[in-house]
Amino acid sequence: MAEPQSLLTRVTGAVLSLLLVGGILVALVSWANGRAAARTAYDRLLLGAANDIAESISIQDGVPLTALPVSAFQLLAQAPDDRISYAVRGPGRELLTGQEDAPRPRLRSRGVEPVFFDADMQGEPARFVEVTRRFAERDFSGGVTVTVGQTMRARNAMAIDLSRSALLTVGAAGLALLLISVFVIRSAMRPLVAMAGDLSARDPHDLTPMEPAGVPAEVAVVLEAMNRFMARLDRQLEAMRSLISDTAHQLRTPVAAIRAQAELAVEEEDPERLRGATAKLLARTRSLGGLLDQMLSRALVIHRTEAVAREPVDLRDVALDVLDSADPELLSPGAEVALLIGEAPVTVLADAFSLQEAAKNLLANSLRHGKPPVRIGVEAADGEARLWVGDAGEGPPGDLMDRLGGRFERAAASGGQSAGLGLSIVKAVAGAFGGRVEMARGADGFRVALVLPLAEADA
Amino acid sequence: MIRLALLLACLALPLRAQEAVMQVGSGATWMLLRSTTDARIFRPVLEAFLAGHPELSVRYEQWGSNALYAQSSADCAAGRAGADAVFSSAVQQMVELVNRACAATRRSALTAALPPSLRWRDQLWGLTREPAVTIYNRDLVPPADVPRDRFALLDLMRQKPDAYRGRIATYDIEASGLGYLFAFTDSLQATTYGALLEAFARTGGVATCCSAELIRDVSAGRFLIAYNVLGSYVAAAAPRNVGVVLPEDYTLFLSRGYMIPAHAAHPEAAAALLDFLLSPEGQTALSRAGLIHAAAPAESGLQQSAMRPIALSPTLLVGIDRQRRAQFAAQWRDAFGPGEGLP
Repeated sequence: MAEPQSLLTRVTGAVLSLLLVGGILVALVSWANGRAAARTAYDRLLLGAANDIAESISIQDGVPLTALPVSAFQLLAQAPDDRISYAVRGPGRELLTGQEDAPRPRLRSRGVEPVFFDADMQGEPARFVEVTRRFAERDFSGGVTVTVGQTMRARNAMAIDLSRSALLTVGAAGLALLLISVFVIRSAMRPLVAMAGDLSARDPHDLTPMEPAGVPAEVAVVLEAMNRFMARLDRQLEAMRSLISDTAHQLRTPVAAIRAQAELAVEEEDPERLRGATAKLLARTRSLGGLLDQMLSRALVIHRTEAVAREPVDLRDVALDVLDSADPELLSPGAEVALLIGEAPVTVLADAFSLQEAAKNLLANSLRHGKPPVRIGVEAADGEARLWVGDAGEGPPGDLMDRLGGRFERAAASGGQSAGLGLSIVKAVAGAFGGRVEMARGADGFRVALVLPLAEADA
Repeated sequence: MIRLALLLACLALPLRAQEAVMQVGSGATWMLLRSTTDARIFRPVLEAFLAGHPELSVRYEQWGSNALYAQSSADCAAGRAGADAVFSSAVQQMVELVNRACAATRRSALTAALPPSLRWRDQLWGLTREPAVTIYNRDLVPPADVPRDRFALLDLMRQKPDAYRGRIATYDIEASGLGYLFAFTDSLQATTYGALLEAFARTGGVATCCSAELIRDVSAGRFLIAYNVLGSYVAAAAPRNVGVVLPEDYTLFLSRGYMIPAHAAHPEAAAALLDFLLSPEGQTALSRAGLIHAAAPAESGLQQSAMRPIALSPTLLVGIDRQRRAQFAAQWRDAFGPGEGLP
């Protein structure tokens, strides 16, 4: 697997490539701008010089005469290292003064507008302007053109200078950007480093949430998720611990009893009594099995409520499944269980297995402690779904009813047959899916209901 | 050992316009230096150069500035390897050659140290510093008449026209590129130029060729005063009875231009000579030859502001312009009449 890339490296890379691309763009743009600026500036000089020369032309004896002004060349000398070419030509394009090889524009100006053009000057690229001065004298009529050109050294130097300063600015800004981003990333990463330090310094069993104070929002999300995760882990650990302690606690007495009865049985010599002891031993063992089942079921339910995704479950299916799979041991011979369900589905968001376990326990309690006939039913009302089990009896006594559902609270009537875990499973399931357990005495007897919120789609 | 071969040949061939040819050195490589500087004056400088470059020899041709310009221009146009270096006092002509891309570019620490007014495009370098002076005959011009500046000269011509009629001379600007440069620069410097022309016209000023003749004639008393003479030649000729004045209103300072033609056959040798001339050693040699005027104001009695160096810049192209030159010469000719020097 590749080495994880640090955020700093990534951002630095991004900033650098931004700078590279931006730098190239800025270089191109500033070069173009610099060239345009230099062109404008030096074109003005060129035009000024050409106009200066054109102004100095006078007609003497019918001949245009140029008194070449020094000022024109002083203007051109603003580009101190550039060569100069100039020519003054008459109406027939004949050279009046200047250099024969000064080029002419491809398009001759129609009016008096100056024409700028690029051409070669003795093998070097150069910029030229041509202006026309029209004369209408008695002895001379026509246009005299003045062509002035200059090589491009000063222009290029100016363009380079301008674009260099633009690039320097961008470079400085880029450097600042880089430094700032490094600084920001460092300071943003500091809470993560602190978190990592906090975590690695922790006691292995310490799952208390971490302090989110002073942490940026983005990191707080991670922190919250982590805190939630730790809380879940904590709950599961707690569940595991209680399972283990429950198991130890619950198993000690029955196992001791089984051992005592087994010892009695070993020493028993009367075959008749031996059979009785063995039968007791069997009953004890069976009860121990039931206890183990319930404990496992409770642990499973608690685990599932934490770990399994909720999905729509029709409570009627739960009721049917429970009836179908009901342990025949639980159903006293001849006992009838009535099923009371409607036509419409009663859907809740929960875990089907957990609900079945809860329902199974409710049914088992009723069958064990209640008076037949026992009924199981599903109904929906006021946004709540109910899975209930009822019998014809009075239910547990009032003070017991308040305590029922805690672990290991069992009615005296249970006679050691149950571990008192049944109702606690139901309560755990109700709590996990946002519901509650309802116990009520009615005209037709006692009824315990698992009440859950109806799923939205059905409400 | 340096073998010296001095060959002075007075102008004999009209097509070959060099005035004198001198061959210095015993090295295998011959470089050709064309210059307007007097061969005798320049010989010690070349000897100092060749002492450090035994592999080189120099063929030194002394030319008139206009002929040198014409020859260099033709060489450039033909793409022909003419001279390896051109060293002329008519710097406007040198600027024109550089402007036509006739020169090679050369950059070194020594050329970079030159002030901008003494180098152009790294193709033309001003190596000397020579004032344009007024000379007079000490024996014949009373001290009170010695013109300290141009105004004094004007007053002298106005007040004593008869004493100085036909006895004041200057360069013939049509024969001498340097004379033209001085006159043209004068015309740009101050209004005194017009007044001077007018005064020359009134007193029968004489235009003649060449520094040597001017100095000789002033010394001999044929002329009493000569205006705008190159000071370095006066120092070199050093006749006792010739006094020198650096005009106090302003004095032009000329820096001879050195250029390496684009098609030079031995550009490295030419560059070596350039670096030598710019080095302290070379500058000392040029000073000793009188080609670098001592700058100290105490010595020349000249204000810093009165020193007007002729900068190597494209502005000098104006002086080369055909029509401008024709107008200028016509104006000048009006004052001096038909030239008596060269045709």
